[in-house]
Amino acid sequence: MDDLDRLRAVFRSTLDLAPDAPDADVDGLEYRAIPQWDSLAHMSLVAAIEDEFDIMIDTDDVLDLSSFAKAVTLLDKHGVVTAG
Amino acid sequence: MSSPQAEPRVTLVTGSTRGIGHAIARTLARAGHPVVLHGRTEGPVAAAAAALAAETGAKIAAVHGDVADLAAVAAMMREVHRLHRRLDGLVVNAGIHDAGPLGMMSGPAVARLFQVNAVGATHTLQEAVRLLRRGVAPSVVLVSSVMGTKGSPGQAVYGATKAAVAGLTRAAAKELGPAGIRVNAVAPGFVRTAMLASLDDAAARERVRATPLGRLAEPEDVASVVSFLLSDSARFVTGQVIGVDGGVVL
Repeated sequence: MDDLDRLRAVFRSTLDLAPDAPDADVDGLEYRAIPQWDSLAHMSLVAAIEDEFDIMIDTDDVLDLSSFAKAVTLLDKHGVVTAG
Repeated sequence: MSSPQAEPRVTLVTGSTRGIGHAIARTLARAGHPVVLHGRTEGPVAAAAAALAAETGAKIAAVHGDVADLAAVAAMMREVHRLHRRLDGLVVNAGIHDAGPLGMMSGPAVARLFQVNAVGATHTLQEAVRLLRRGVAPSVVLVSSVMGTKGSPGQAVYGATKAAVAGLTRAAAKELGPAGIRVNAVAPGFVRTAMLASLDDAAARERVRATPLGRLAEPEDVASVVSFLLSDSARFVTGQVIGVDGGVVL
């Protein structure tokens, strides 16, 4: 499983999405766009991303993490290779 | 955390190069727990950590930074993450003291008191939350003050900063309880530390007279209550501000 798939798996698990939710649906997720991704789930999501990739996310980045795409950018910032 | 048989619990104690914070760190280290000491600057906290490790044999680390500076606090927590990956205990103790009658406190003095005591406590707790979520039976203890509940002439600003700590404690306890994180505070009375050294003998005697138990507190008196609140013995205690004041509030 590549890093992008690992990130999708974190989103599916933490936000209680269907395990077979299409990649495109996960990739298009945005904060508060679905009922499951509220402020409480956001903190769980951040913790799950940190655990999965063994990183620590700054508070400013936690606040900026408003979509799956932003999460990809954040992982890039931490040196996790998600592209290609 | 009161016995050497307890599971080792990783605890960060801010403001722990001396005084109450150091007494708390020593109490935990003597019980065999890994402790992360913190000081504003690197030299003193590194020296304190080396001395405490030699004294207790416990695993002691050191981080440094001004708790009023969010970036510095974030860097401290990244270092804790690198060292331990989690926190089981957090003691928010770093603080400063200043006193003066209302109308006689300078703007910078007021700002600095709030920046360190109130904003610093908030930064510390906020940045540590995700490390605590990974901890085992995580527990937070903040150090407030009897001045935050009782007040005293000349202590209005300091007392306001410590009242903020009490408010932070109660709200955080409600918010973090569902995540299994307990949050409590201690409110020491008059403790024999460098902060109290500015009192002359007559003022110190007055403090003792006002205290039903008839003496100033020692830092270890506070440390033992903090140790209890961090431990499994206090597993159903959260949102409390516990006076450690010899009855001075009565």
